[in-house]
This record gives sequence, C-alpha cells and structure tokens, in this order.
Amino acid sequence: MAETTPAAATPTPTKPAPKAAPAAKHTDKKPAGTLATLTPEMMVVQQHFGEALIQPAPYEGFLVTDPAKVRDVALFLRDELGFETLSNQTAVDYLAENAIEIVYHVSHIQGGKPLCFKTRIPRDESVAVPSLTPVYPGAEFQEREIYDLYGARFSDHPDLRRILMWEGFNGWPMRRDWKEAYYEGDTKPFDSRWPGGNHKLAEERVPWADNINLPPGFDPATYVANPDGNIYESMLEGGNGHDLEVPPLDTGADAVIGSSSGLKTDQIIVNMGPQHPSTHGVLRMVVRIDGETITDLKLVLGYLHRNHEKIGERNTWLHNIPYTDRLDYICGMANEMGYVIGVERMMGIKPTERAEYLRVIMAELTRIQSHFWAIGFLLNDLGAFYTPALYFITERDLIIDLFESVTGSRMMCNYMRFGGVARDFTPEQLARARELVFERIPRAIDELERLLSDNEIIKARTIGVGYMSAERSIAYSLTGPCLRAVGVPYDIRRADPYSIYDRFDFDIPVLYGGDVYDRYRIRVLEMRQSLRILEQALNQIDQTPAGDIQAGKKAYNHRVPAGQTYARVETPKGELGFYLVSDGGQNPYRYHVRSSSFINLTSMREMTIGQKVADAVVILGSLDIVLGEVDR
Amino acid sequence: MGLLGTGILKGLSVTLTHFINTYLEDFKYLGKKAGIEPRPLRRQSPKNYGLVTVEYPKERLPLPENFRNIPFLVRDSQTGEDKCTSCGICAKVCPPQCIWIVRTTDPVTKRPVPAPKEFYIDSTICMNCGYCAEFCPFDAIKMNVEYELSDYGRIKEMILDKERLTKPDTYHAAIHPTDWAREQAEKAAEEEKKRQAEEAKAKAAAAKAAATPAKPASTAPQPPAAPPQS
Repeated sequence: MAETTPAAATPTPTKPAPKAAPAAKHTDKKPAGTLATLTPEMMVVQQHFGEALIQPAPYEGFLVTDPAKVRDVALFLRDELGFETLSNQTAVDYLAENAIEIVYHVSHIQGGKPLCFKTRIPRDESVAVPSLTPVYPGAEFQEREIYDLYGARFSDHPDLRRILMWEGFNGWPMRRDWKEAYYEGDTKPFDSRWPGGNHKLAEERVPWADNINLPPGFDPATYVANPDGNIYESMLEGGNGHDLEVPPLDTGADAVIGSSSGLKTDQIIVNMGPQHPSTHGVLRMVVRIDGETITDLKLVLGYLHRNHEKIGERNTWLHNIPYTDRLDYICGMANEMGYVIGVERMMGIKPTERAEYLRVIMAELTRIQSHFWAIGFLLNDLGAFYTPALYFITERDLIIDLFESVTGSRMMCNYMRFGGVARDFTPEQLARARELVFERIPRAIDELERLLSDNEIIKARTIGVGYMSAERSIAYSLTGPCLRAVGVPYDIRRADPYSIYDRFDFDIPVLYGGDVYDRYRIRVLEMRQSLRILEQALNQIDQTPAGDIQAGKKAYNHRVPAGQTYARVETPKGELGFYLVSDGGQNPYRYHVRSSSFINLTSMREMTIGQKVADAVVILGSLDIVLGEVDR
Repeated sequence: MGLLGTGILKGLSVTLTHFINTYLEDFKYLGKKAGIEPRPLRRQSPKNYGLVTVEYPKERLPLPENFRNIPFLVRDSQTGEDKCTSCGICAKVCPPQCIWIVRTTDPVTKRPVPAPKEFYIDSTICMNCGYCAEFCPFDAIKMNVEYELSDYGRIKEMILDKERLTKPDTYHAAIHPTDWAREQAEKAAEEEKKRQAEEAKAKAAAAKAAATPAKPASTAPQPPAAPPQS
C-alpha cells in the first residue's frame, strides 16, 4: 500500500532527514518523517501549479504551500483529474511547529486509492482557508467540525458555526494544548493509577476542577441564554445555502414552494427533536415549514458529543479498539475492523488467515444485522409501528446471540486485535453461524420482502421521496447504501479493497431510483450479497488452522512507527475512515474518524426541501444514521 | 403488479404465519422437547419461527461462557491467597482507567511485595471490555457474569474494593469451565515441566556427584562422602 508504508526517501534535492532529527526531540514532538513520493497524478498537479505551490508532504500526499490556493487545486483535481468526491477532510494540530494542517482526501468514484493533499495555516487564526463547499458541498459539515474543534476558519463557507460543541463554547477542544474537564494527563496509562493508586472520583481528584473556561467579559448573572439565535436568524434570512434557492421567510407570494394551491400562507419554524423517537437518537431538525411543506431545514448536532477523537488521542493504540465500538454502536465490529486495519498498516503487520476470515464473517454478519435494524426502524418512521421492526429485531437478535457467545458482548464486542482477533470460533459456534447463514437468514430476508416490498402503502409513502441525483450525491460525499441507490456502484470493498474481500465472489448491487424506496431495497439486496460472502467464507474457513488467530505475540503496549494513514472500510452505513497519525509513541498523535453517518447528513437538507414534514422523518430513517457516530 | 392491495395481503400473510407458528412451536415444544431443552433457550433458537419472548425475571436465558461484565479477582482456594501480584498490567491496559492498585511494601525492607494492598475498580466507568482478564499474565482477574448490578448509591456501592472483588477460584471454575480447564492444563504442564526439570537437575547432580569424586580424589586426600555408584 503506497500511502501507508512511509515511502523510501525520495531522491529529491530537498533534504528532509536533517530537519526531522531535531524536531523529534520536542516534548510534543511532531511526527516528522520522510517525504512522500509523488504519484503520477500528483505530478500532474505539480506541473500545472508549479513546484513552489505543490510540494511533497511528509509520509502521504502533497502540500499546498499557499492555503489561499486550496480551492483552485481542488477544482483542478475534480475537473481535470476526476476526483469527484471528497472522502475526508480533517485537521491536525502540530503544536511544535505552530501550525494547523488541514488534510483532504479526495477519491475517484470509480475506485482506487484516495489522493491526499494538505495545507498549513498558523495556529493564531490569522489565516482563513478558502472553503471547499463550492467545489465539494460534502465539505460543509466537515469544515464546520474543523472550525469547531480546531478553530481553523474557512472563508466563503455558507454557514460556519459550531457544530458539535454548543454555541458560546470557549476554546478549540481538539487542539493539543487544550485540556478537557477533569484533565488528568496527556496520555494514558495515567501514572496515578499504579503503583500509588488514587481511588478518588474524577470530581474530587483533579486540581483543574470542572475546567470551565468562560469567555472574556462573560457574567453568568446577567447572561440570557440564546444559543439558538444564530440558527433561527439564519433561517429567517433565507437563501443560506450553496446553490439552493431558498426564498426568505416573509416575502408574500414567493413563499409558496411546493404548495400546489398557491395560497399565501405564513411560514413558521418548528423544532423536531432532539427528544423525538423518529430522529434515531438525539438529533434536532429545525425546519421552516409552509403548511406541511418544508422550505428549509437545518440540523443541530452534538447532543451526544463526547469528543471521541480527543479521548482517542489520550488513549494508547490498544485502548481505542473498544472505544470504536461506541461510534456506530449498532455495528461495532465493522468500526473495529477499520481502526485495526489502519493501525496494522502503520505497524506493517498482517493478520493470520483465520483471523481474516473471522473478521470478514463478523463484518458481514454485522452488515446484515445492521440492515435488519435499519429497515425495521425505517418502517417505524413510516408509521408501521414495531410489527416489522420486531420481526427483524428477532433475526438480528440471533446474530447478536452469536456475537455474544463468541466475543462476550452483544454490541460492544471488542473482538479485533492488531494482527488478529480476540477469540476463535468453537466448532459449535461455527455450526451456529452456518445454521444462520444457510438456513435462517435467507428465509428471513425472503419473509422481509414478502412483508414489505410489494406493500402499496409503503410504496406510496416512499417512492419518489427524498430523491437526490447521482451527481449531487457524489458531490455531497454521500456513501454507503444511499449512494448505491442512485446507481453509483461505490463500495470500498471493491473500490479500495481491504482485508480479503478480493477473494470472494460478490456483486455491488445498484438501483437507480435514488429515493427512500430504493434505499430500502438496496439494503435487502446487500444483505443477500453479504450472505454470498458469508457462505464462501464459512466454507473456506475450515482450510485454515483452528486457533491460529493472532499474528505475532499478543501485546498491550504497541508502539506504532511514526507515519500516517487513512484507512477506510465499508460499514453498513457507508465509508468509515480512520485518519491516524503516529509520532512513534504509545498513543496516536491524531485519531480522526471519518464518520459516514455524519457526512451523509450533509445532504439531508437538500433532500428534504420541498418535501412534507412527515417525509423528513422517513428520509432521515432511510439515511440510517446512528448518533453515536454522528456526534462522536 | 396486479390488483391494488395484493401487496398488503401478501404482507398480512406473513404476520398470520407468525401468529400460527407461535402456537405450532408451543405444541411441538410440549410434544417433544419439554424437559429436554429449557423453554427460553428453545424460544430463542434459530429453529423457532414463532414468538421469541422470554419472560425475563421469571425465565432466564443461560449466559454464554464468554459473557463478560465487571471483573473480579481470583483467590486460590487451596492456598487461600490472592493470585494477583499487583504487577499493574490490568491498570495500564484498562481503556477507561478504572482500576487503581496500591502495592504492598514490606514494612522492614521497604521493598514491594507481590500482592496488592488495595485494589479498586470503579464499576461506574468500567466498559466491560475484558482487556484486564485477557492480558493478566497470572489469570488473577476474570470477567464476571453478573448483570443485575443496580444499587442505590454511587461511591460505596459502585467503587468495588478488594474485598468485594475477590472471589474463590471455585466460582471462576464454575462460570468459566473451558478457561478453567485451560488454566489447569497449563498449570499441570508447568508442574510437569518443573518436575522434569527437577528430575533432570537431580540427575545432573547425581551425575556430577558421580563425576566430581574422581576429580577431587586426585587433588584432595580425603575420601568422597558418597560412594560413587548409581
């Protein structure tokens, strides 16, 4: 894998090595390393923009030396080189160099490795990076997240507000020098736990107390909380979108989008959620409605935010595996797989054959049970309360029972390890898996289709609802079943194969409707493809020696060589990526989760405008988000 | 596509099948499996196409052996001593850092003694990941199977000290028979190895004893203590 193994020192005249050595001595040391070799595509970019602007970056990708030119580079990449989708955008704080690096990963929708490019801005917020939203609308939420957590500003962003933290929060929590509440140490394991032992509660333990840091000039006694002022005002103004024509609220005759009667009505703003059963967790939708028709919609996220990435950077590499279970808690093992693959790439180890098979079996079973869950709750959102959902939860439960008997936990499995898995299947467990895959689940899927696919009410409620074209979906970085439901066969298992998926015979199903109905049907088709993979994997696993589940010696204090990688896997929700930076220590220097649920939500606004209020609920259900992954 | 409403009827046939299957499964269970297979287990097996409900506090599903919840410390019931040596690996490997250990020091020499003086697990933040049991080199900490853990207080009740954490190894053997068998096999193998090593040592000593007399006999005048025959 070209981008993972730190490329051998290039014969470029610039010498990185002598520069890297002193930097490594810093306390908060920068993961300095060899410069990446430029791929042919990068060379094209370099030829077009000149060597002064485009330089090889450490480890991976190229550096755009002038942040003001990032949008031009992105436009060139999209229009000339065909990198149509922005897979991932994040930032890294290099404290020792007083720089914040913005990292972009763009992908061909036909597949292949993502292309990485970076730019650097000083930490003092003096320089704004041009927003990529005009080029890739999918950057909207990601840039808001970077602004929120790192304090990097983006010019021309349509709606640059905090997204995960609350309005009025003071500080940039993902910066290396920011200390969270009850801060105890920069990295785990904390010294206080052993051998001295300090069995105090966090509240009593820490001299930082609750670490509340009020903005200057803030007086709690006189403060009137109006954290939502911004969002309501922005929705009143109207037109606050990229290229969406949203008329202002009170312009009389213009305000009749989607209203067939042409009656002049007042538009009002309504909050849906955060405590609403249809929002699959704590998500708030602020909708501007004209009668029943939605004329604008904004999402308020962050109710479940716990700064997973900050926790991840405190943790050791091994500690993070059970935490990834808590991202998308419906399909924990799919998340683990992404993280473990990323770390394995950096460490340069490969899991054993049997472990690969076990991982694939677990990941595909996870996909099936997640889709059961998604379809069940989509039906709940449609108003078919709990009869279909409970039928599918029954099937899901059988799979979860298997997870429990193998891993010890139903959802928080903590099963994958670097170089292998935690436990082998016993023969009885394998027999149970076979019984499920060959007998029970195919029948259950048939039954699911009999129950739902032809149902006239479901069709009336879903066909044509929440449509988004293929071009817009790609631009919005939509991934997963929702993208494949508009005819884009983009699946990481084929586009950028990982693990042993290249060995199996399976198809990437594609539908062309792009509406809620096709998003439901594509999940059914994907379950059948997962069954195909499982059948092959369960037949082939007997050829691997039982018990051979861990490559190398089992360890708990991994040191990952300095480097960086962007590892991505296809989870049931879409592309899950882990952008990992190591400085050679026991803890990740940067641990970023490219969460598919979060980025899929970017397109929610465009999908719902012009639809009815009840349909917004269904569209959200069809996107199949999990708030644990959205808010992180 | 056919007549309007056929899709709904088709769907309703599925619910009807589920309804009928529930009774069929019950009859089948009463006819054959009653007394052989526990009812909740039957209800939740992949072979059951009817109702799956298990009436929880009255009926309980048996837990799989790998099931894990808040850990406990193992006490060797033969010697009556804790297996824990307070090496601290569990505290280091714990992702939420919910384990605190205080080492015992010898009052005279001030050197650490391989036994914990205090051992706490904050069960409110334990994430039941099982790392401590997985990485413990002494099989001294294991995951428990208790899952009804609610209590009225937070500090005294939820922060488990050494006393509340310690369980005899018979308990561990009862809930983790496979793991216990592995431990016993390892222990037996180790003892066997030790015995063999001792035997070899004895043999070597004997051989040495056999060989040494010849040497000192030439240098020293006194006769060997043991007769040089074996």
